[in-house]
Amino acid sequence: MSHGHALPSHEDNMRVVIKGFILLLIITLVEVGIALIGNGHLIHGFHLSKWIMVPVMCLLSFYKAYYIVSEFMHLGHETRGMAMSVVLPTLLLVWGIIAFLWEGDAWRNNRKRVDDKEKLPVNTQPMKEKKTSSLPLDNAYLFRG
Amino acid sequence: MAQDTAVKLPEQEHHKDEHLWEGGTEPFKTSYGKLMMWYFLLSDAFTFAGFLIAYGALRFSMEAWPIPDFVFSTAPFNIHHAPLIFVTFMTFVLIVSSVTVLRAVQEGKNENEGGVIKWMIATIIGGGIFLGCQAWEWTNLIVQEGTTVFNNPFSTHVEAGKYLTLDEISQIPKTTKVEETIHGKNVVYYQSVVDGTKYFTKADHNGKAPESMDFANGSSYLVTYHDGKYMNAAYKTADGTIKTEPMGPKAFGALFFFITGFHGFHVFSGLVILSVITLNVWSGMYKKRQNGHEMVEKVGLYWHFVDLVWVFVFLAFYLI
Repeated sequence: MSHGHALPSHEDNMRVVIKGFILLLIITLVEVGIALIGNGHLIHGFHLSKWIMVPVMCLLSFYKAYYIVSEFMHLGHETRGMAMSVVLPTLLLVWGIIAFLWEGDAWRNNRKRVDDKEKLPVNTQPMKEKKTSSLPLDNAYLFRG
Repeated sequence: MAQDTAVKLPEQEHHKDEHLWEGGTEPFKTSYGKLMMWYFLLSDAFTFAGFLIAYGALRFSMEAWPIPDFVFSTAPFNIHHAPLIFVTFMTFVLIVSSVTVLRAVQEGKNENEGGVIKWMIATIIGGGIFLGCQAWEWTNLIVQEGTTVFNNPFSTHVEAGKYLTLDEISQIPKTTKVEETIHGKNVVYYQSVVDGTKYFTKADHNGKAPESMDFANGSSYLVTYHDGKYMNAAYKTADGTIKTEPMGPKAFGALFFFITGFHGFHVFSGLVILSVITLNVWSGMYKKRQNGHEMVEKVGLYWHFVDLVWVFVFLAFYLI
């Protein structure tokens, strides 16, 4: 029980509070700053690549999440077994994120293929008896399910 | 027989930890209630992750998607063109309320009722401000911009082009001139007699024409909305085709209101729980239990989790 341990002093408490507050505030402001500078709102004509902005923002957000869980929610000071029983299951999400973003991209490609096919001119001539070559539109229905 | 009992069976050596299963000890050195709060939060994290992953998959499946610093650039008191400023304030409020609940937990461990109540009330005020801000943001999106669960006027161009003037629109073949009073203003547009498409000139909500009629591939736009009517502007592509600005992906509105709404619902539930526990602290209930105000610690965990989820909602909807 927490009663067995000596309680942290007021100074210790305030250190956690002030450090946490400043850390979260600064990271949030840095994130917003990157978004504004990167999209050309602060410095005229200056843009950052999405390939730099997105990973940096993700890393900063994950650090914020780590700090909240570890310090504010005190999980970093619980027993290792307990911390692992909470943290390890979330690793499933690593698969979830990769798999479903991949899947979303595949939907986009399929949609594009259907759109491209619909842009092709439709053959209004009646079909010859013998199918000489299949029209490009023939298998478009496949993508509509 | 006496000899038998003297012999130590090897199995008994292995089972010396058996008393752990008799109750009274805590394998994780934490209380049952706190542990279960953690597992509830873990399951809740999976719910939120499911929603945010669905958001990611749908966003990846679209050619066009609204750019957040264009969508979220309004604030109360008639502030426009202030990208992400209002939501940064909302995030700041939530961080402050996270810190105040931390103070409440610390005071609880010291069995200082007055301190707990003070910081709990500060947290409730913070959560209330956050919800109020969210209500304003939703109202602005729905009433002013016309973004709903079913329709989304925000999008990005997937090709470069040039907006048409009313003169150019009048040249479009097989159209008739229509005059209509929308939002107290006389609006002129041309409607196709073939398929009913309406061709509007490009203007913002105040009827102001854009600074430049040319737009690049990937630039943001907002379809003007007034009195239940979307006014899709006509434009010409590089190869001379005349088109109207399409509405943005519907999924954006649905996902935004659903996910931020689910988070807001968590904030609201948190406010209810915080209020009940504050009353209990005030009544002296937890002081009698002499367990360092553990209930305050549990609601603190929940409140930090609401802040934690906001980190990712903020990332997904406002930053990226």
